[in-house]
Amino acid sequence: MAINRNFRTCPSSGLVFHEPAEKLIRWNAVVAVVFLLVGGILAIGVTLTRWQAVHMLDASAFYQVLTAHGLNMLVFWIIFFEIAVLYFASSTLLRCRLATPGMAWTGFWLMILGALMNNYSVIRGDSSVMFTSYAPMGAHPTFYLGLILFAVGALIACFVFFGTLVVAKNERTYVGSVSLVTFGAITAAIIAVFTIASGAIILIPTLLWSLGLIEHIDSLMYRTIWWGFGHSSQQINVAAHVALWYAGAAIVFGAKPMSEKVSRAAFLLYILFLQLASAHHLLADPGLTSNWKIFNTSYAMYLAVLASMVHGLTVPGSIEVAQRLKGYNNGLFEWLRKAPWGNPAFAGIFLSIIIFGFLGGISGVMMGTEQLNLIIHNTIYVPGHFHATVATGTTLAFMAVTYFLIPTLFRRKIMFEPLAKYQPYLFGIGMAGVSLFMMGAGTLGVPRRHWDISFAGNVFGYEFPGAAWLMMGLTGVSALIAFAGGALYLAITVGSVFFGQKIETPGFKHVSAREGVGAVPAAAPDTPGAHAGIGAWGMVAPGTFVLALVFLASFVLYYFVNWKYLSTVWPLK
Amino acid sequence: MSAILPPSERVWWKQPLDRVELIWIVIALVWCLIMFFMMPYWHVYGKQNLANEAFRTTPAEFLKKTEAMIAQHKVREEGAQGQKVPVVAPPAGSDVYLVARLWQWYPILELESGKSYRIHLMSMDWLHGFSLQPENINIEVHPGYDHVLTVTPTHKGTYSIICNEYCGINHHTMISKLYVK
Repeated sequence: MAINRNFRTCPSSGLVFHEPAEKLIRWNAVVAVVFLLVGGILAIGVTLTRWQAVHMLDASAFYQVLTAHGLNMLVFWIIFFEIAVLYFASSTLLRCRLATPGMAWTGFWLMILGALMNNYSVIRGDSSVMFTSYAPMGAHPTFYLGLILFAVGALIACFVFFGTLVVAKNERTYVGSVSLVTFGAITAAIIAVFTIASGAIILIPTLLWSLGLIEHIDSLMYRTIWWGFGHSSQQINVAAHVALWYAGAAIVFGAKPMSEKVSRAAFLLYILFLQLASAHHLLADPGLTSNWKIFNTSYAMYLAVLASMVHGLTVPGSIEVAQRLKGYNNGLFEWLRKAPWGNPAFAGIFLSIIIFGFLGGISGVMMGTEQLNLIIHNTIYVPGHFHATVATGTTLAFMAVTYFLIPTLFRRKIMFEPLAKYQPYLFGIGMAGVSLFMMGAGTLGVPRRHWDISFAGNVFGYEFPGAAWLMMGLTGVSALIAFAGGALYLAITVGSVFFGQKIETPGFKHVSAREGVGAVPAAAPDTPGAHAGIGAWGMVAPGTFVLALVFLASFVLYYFVNWKYLSTVWPLK
Repeated sequence: MSAILPPSERVWWKQPLDRVELIWIVIALVWCLIMFFMMPYWHVYGKQNLANEAFRTTPAEFLKKTEAMIAQHKVREEGAQGQKVPVVAPPAGSDVYLVARLWQWYPILELESGKSYRIHLMSMDWLHGFSLQPENINIEVHPGYDHVLTVTPTHKGTYSIICNEYCGINHHTMISKLYVK
């Protein structure tokens, strides 16, 4: 059988690209960015309507736009980009051919078909059921069918990824174990399979119900299983963007993981415990016991939170070690002061780590605490939380990686480079504002997914405190800043990919697989004590440790502030 | 070797870890356990917990109980002309029924401060969100599940119940009052 076994070596990064894989990575990334554009335009409608002083859309358009915004951002943009990441982490990082590119294209087209079909159902106007589409509120059958087709396509992509791992192992394209980034991608793919299975279990019966073939879908069953899909899909993001944090540290600084053992064990904890977090969404629901809620939402005693706290230390820690070895060894923070803040790949990754941890991580634990959930459930605090995790944590990490992929993968120079320096700051800080102000408004009781918190014309109207209105206004302003950052990202990436100056590869030629792969480099053993002489207090990364303690102090303080607040509301049992 | 290359030690799980990592793992684990034990602790010593009490029932049956309560304890009606909603003042300790439906809370409750009530929450149709403002107590309301909460209002005043689970085009009009005397 004729298999295309063409490879090219990137002259700037030394990475080896398998041409069919490269094409798939490119197209998945391009389509992802198109959905980001669509979702971004819809975001304006959402945010300018919730900013009560502007109140742009009417109620029906608002709920429709909000549904489409959620789906295009949370599902289509992110999963398409993640498929690109999976192919990159397998074929490119393991220097091997991609398994069954034909199947991969089938998956790709199924995903496109599904995404278009789902968007079509929302455009029809009879499927404004939100991303969550809680039964017994029904949508048009194409809504569910679109999601199912998309999920099947994504599942095929996951298995192409697993197949590629087998190819690499059999053809011995690497020695020892896979790289840490690939390990993280494997974590993401395993979680993805679980996610898609949960999605199938609930969406297939719901599709049949919407067609009239099944009579009844229980609302509690729907919520329980649906969140196995809805929340788990966000856990794919966590695993994927943490893998990209490590990749970013490796690419920008040549950083090596502080300890392979610790980082890999933390990924393993994700596989074992992260899925339980889906139960967060059911804390205020009837029919489930407290024991069930406590066990699950603590991810079995917060073992997945532990894993995130570990990654939060080891990624910046590995950057610190790399910087100190380069000679920035003075004081606690010279390594950070002299970091390449003007490099968007670094700035994006670093902001992603900080904002994900401080805003997304801490608020996630608050919402996931059984009793604290009572003062948070379904308020706008919830979107505040996930704009910190998904929009800043995941999306900003993906944006940062793009600045590396454009020259290596698309072989184009970055356009508007002076502006690109500011892009991560505009988007990251704007989005951090969005998250923070939404959380503030949520603490004051403002509901999510609500067209009019002024309750105009209602005899039973309620007036939210002025601070809540102010927070919603500030959310709008921050969203516009984030939007400018997002628009800049789209202008830079689309501009560079289509009109950027071509990077010519001297002596570029197609070669057969074995030669193309070249000699597998023998792993150079680490010199023991290579870290001697850096750091302070017997630690190689004391600066990161101090940052971690600042994080812990904010976490502890905010945690108990919330318990204090809870203790003042009406007794309930 | 960097994170995008295979680990330099084949047996990477025997690599020693640095002190900074070890100390952080211990601190983080201790904190995680504290957070875990806070939840059972609050069930024993805290006052704000959701009960495990819920029953499967049908909308018709739940509505019948609600109407019976309204007939017995109705004190007045409120609301716009043609859309009057009864206000009920049930005795302390009694079973109080609150219906959530498109797009209304039914009936309006009048409770006494410092007294406890067994409030039953259920939806007649889609999912709704019970959100008591400005207290900010938020509970999911399902169709078919009668959720029982024992509530003790602590302060007199006029409160609002808004819906914070999206329930269709008029979701934002689903709002009601709750009086505490």
